[in-house]
Amino acid sequence: MSEQITVTVNGDTVSARPAANTLLSTFLREELGLTGAHVGCDTSQCGACVVLVDGKSVKSCTMLAHQAAGTNVTTIEGLAGDGGELHPMQEAFRDNHGLQCGFCTPGMVLSAVDLVSRNPDPSEGEVRSWLEGNICRCTGYHNIVKSIRAAAKVMRA
Amino acid sequence: MNANTTTTSGIGGSVRRREDSRFLQGRGRYTDDINIAGQAYAVFVRSPHAHARINGIDTAAATAAEGVVAVFTAEHTKDIGGVPTGWQVHSKDGEPMAEPKHPVLAEGMARHVGDPVAMVIAATRRQARDAAELVAVDYDPQPAVVDMKAALAADSTKVHADLPGNLCYDWELGDKAAVDEAFAGAAHVTKLDLVNNRLIPNAVEPRCAIGDFDSVSGEHTLYTTSQNPHVIRLLMGAFVLSIPEHKLRVVAPDVGGGFGSKIFHYAEEALVTWAAAQVKKPVKWTAERSESFMSDAHGRDHVTHAELALDADGKFLALRCSTLANMGAYLSTFAPCIPTYLHGTLLAGQYVTPAIYCEVKAVFTNTVPVDAYRGAGRPEATFILERIVDQAAAETGVDPAELRRRNLIKPEQFPYQTPVALQYDTGNYEATLDQALKAADYAGFESRRKQSAAAGKLRGVGLSCYIEACGIAPSNVVGSLGARAGLYEAATIRVNPTGSVVVLTGSHAHGQGHETTFAQVVSDMLGIDYDAVEIVHGDTAKVPFGMGTYGSRSIAVGGAAIAKAVDKIIAKGKKIAAHLLEAGEGDIVFENGAFKVAGTDREKSFGDIALTAYVPHQYPLESLEPGLEETAFYDPANFTYPAGTYVCEVEVDPDTGRVTVASFHASDDFGNLINPMIVEGQVHGGLAQGIGQALLENCVYDADGQLLSGSYMDYCMPRADDLPSFQVDTTVTACTHNPLGVKGCGEAGAIGAPPALINAVVNALNGGGHPIAHLDMPATPQKVWAAMQSN
Repeated sequence: MSEQITVTVNGDTVSARPAANTLLSTFLREELGLTGAHVGCDTSQCGACVVLVDGKSVKSCTMLAHQAAGTNVTTIEGLAGDGGELHPMQEAFRDNHGLQCGFCTPGMVLSAVDLVSRNPDPSEGEVRSWLEGNICRCTGYHNIVKSIRAAAKVMRA
Repeated sequence: MNANTTTTSGIGGSVRRREDSRFLQGRGRYTDDINIAGQAYAVFVRSPHAHARINGIDTAAATAAEGVVAVFTAEHTKDIGGVPTGWQVHSKDGEPMAEPKHPVLAEGMARHVGDPVAMVIAATRRQARDAAELVAVDYDPQPAVVDMKAALAADSTKVHADLPGNLCYDWELGDKAAVDEAFAGAAHVTKLDLVNNRLIPNAVEPRCAIGDFDSVSGEHTLYTTSQNPHVIRLLMGAFVLSIPEHKLRVVAPDVGGGFGSKIFHYAEEALVTWAAAQVKKPVKWTAERSESFMSDAHGRDHVTHAELALDADGKFLALRCSTLANMGAYLSTFAPCIPTYLHGTLLAGQYVTPAIYCEVKAVFTNTVPVDAYRGAGRPEATFILERIVDQAAAETGVDPAELRRRNLIKPEQFPYQTPVALQYDTGNYEATLDQALKAADYAGFESRRKQSAAAGKLRGVGLSCYIEACGIAPSNVVGSLGARAGLYEAATIRVNPTGSVVVLTGSHAHGQGHETTFAQVVSDMLGIDYDAVEIVHGDTAKVPFGMGTYGSRSIAVGGAAIAKAVDKIIAKGKKIAAHLLEAGEGDIVFENGAFKVAGTDREKSFGDIALTAYVPHQYPLESLEPGLEETAFYDPANFTYPAGTYVCEVEVDPDTGRVTVASFHASDDFGNLINPMIVEGQVHGGLAQGIGQALLENCVYDADGQLLSGSYMDYCMPRADDLPSFQVDTTVTACTHNPLGVKGCGEAGAIGAPPALINAVVNALNGGGHPIAHLDMPATPQKVWAAMQSN
């Protein structure tokens, strides 16, 4: 039997024994039922599976569940406040039509949260450059960039 | 267009999307998010060869592997019909196209890399994947044919044994004699050879399908990533698995983008549905991205020779085009109609060109099947026309905007009958041209060119005036052209007793925001609260019927069906109101959510009428049924014709050949807009795919038929830093033949952007001392740099 790991996921402590080769994305989706992290590729390019691990954006398809032992993982399901109020980044994506089919959205939003935590006032070019690891096929990125800059403004205030 | 200033929740308001609440919180329900108790997992063994005889398949080791439930090959699927084709094209000589069988699993011969050969089902995904590695297929590789010209040679390798020359059909449209005569008298003829590069759609959600079977009721359920669940039910039930509709439910839940690639009926859908009944367990298959690359239908892939004849005043006299269109190894669902009825018919564009002739040879090759991808035939037609018009302008020394202007169909010429079958109902092409040129400061380009030159860059400007045809119809006409389906749409409006409304629509949303847009239409028409309207789609058990979403048809056809059903609700409501108000039915008017006796203050609210319909105590029961629910099937009288002008400026780095998009202005006429914010978003997405085609994306096969661009590391998807911010504007001429006056906006960007981009690159090189007539897409740094060195 695999070794037990303990991870904090969206504030809840989770103890589990995933197989040693279980990806974090698989662990979240299939063992914890957190299907907000989407798997859009098999080469770590698309970024739909991005989650925050100790506040930093990580492609959950590129990390083993065991590597997340002892960390604090935030998925898209855990980003809104306890009372259900949306995070400013989620709010900005809705206000600026920063999503269409919604498949890349969880990764985009969490990646953007990490960007703004590192750079509270990113320029358009900085946002575009940061999103290099997140593919969206629907929006042409125009409204995603707009959403992230709008959220950054709210988060700075 | 300003998407941020309108606050109304009715038609014309940029209402924030209701579907976003679930998508932003990870609460969407995509097919792979669905798990059914006891489900097994399917993995497909796919051919690594482009063309190989299958001498045998040894499944013993795989069958014995841990967790394996079953291994299926063509030997087990003999009773399953081939994957059907939904459109039959006839050749010039009247013969029907060649339609070789497309088996669900390869029968003795694999015809493209990725052709499914065996299906392995196991208790877990990992076990299925491991067991798939144990399936031993004895392949005898055959020479493969990839190039279309080579495929047409009489002695070419045959993709299908009974089809020498690999020709699917040889089709024509237009008056050849009239075109030849016009060319004979032309003052100038421009000729161009163009390649429309093969693309891989790459919706970010990979395809997924889950089959489930209830052995007691005999009901099959398929959950699938589809743009049109009812079409899948019809095709798969009737032609592949012989399951009657009442025993087959198809659910397409939240779908993560389609762009055409999820229209088609795929073998995997039929196989999981069939296998679930065989193994008596739900069977789930989720494509990996590498599988998507080699099994989702590809797009475009045309090679064209085009000639444009002009008179001494620069008026177009005639156009002729000869195109080779790649079908891939098998005919995908709508493949035959893309290079024909969605391509040849678009070659008039926005111009008065009195004579047009087009011929298309469709060719089988050992590649993945090719079918509709965002724009589907219309981008190919627009690319030909807008490139050759630009080249004609260059050759004759006329400004490209001016040459286009001279030839535009004028507003007073509508309805305008083109020489390629279509009749445009309305438009004002000069208005979008003027709007785009002004917004882009076309007149000031020269000073920007000089600024770029001072910084060591070559700047170019490119125009494109596109036309699109959406909502392909009417059904009897498309039927006569070979469609094996009707192209109407259905909608049901169910008014609940307390006045809230459920709309059951046959359109399917996979990013388009129908739950918002359609609710705006219904709440506006009924004068009720937007939040009192719920939109239901994507489930054949809930929605009576539907033809789905493709070809920018949702608002123009699906929205019109909804409007028609609402009209029926209002008509019945008037009868009920007349009874309650003791007035003649003809005296009742419906305004602002109330039924009124015209010219009086007597009225009944919509809610009163709804309640009365379900509690029919004071009700004309002898002449009217209780209840308030109406269904409409809307079959359009014509296509709709969105059109617009795009202006693009690029900078080329002469040292590296890298092209940067400096600005992009779009001016579109989509008719009336329901939700301008959503429309803008659709344009943005289309532009990104169009720019992607022109600058970055390319599906590459080597001569042996190996797919070289088989992952996101090899196939260049547009990233955020490849694209500029877009300037998007609209003008309005309302569609004349549908109740909402709408035209559709989903594909415009992908249609209009590629020629604007390439025109700008060619303009930059010409202006920078590197005269070239044309550059094939994508304009990669290497290709641009090489073009500069040779000129």
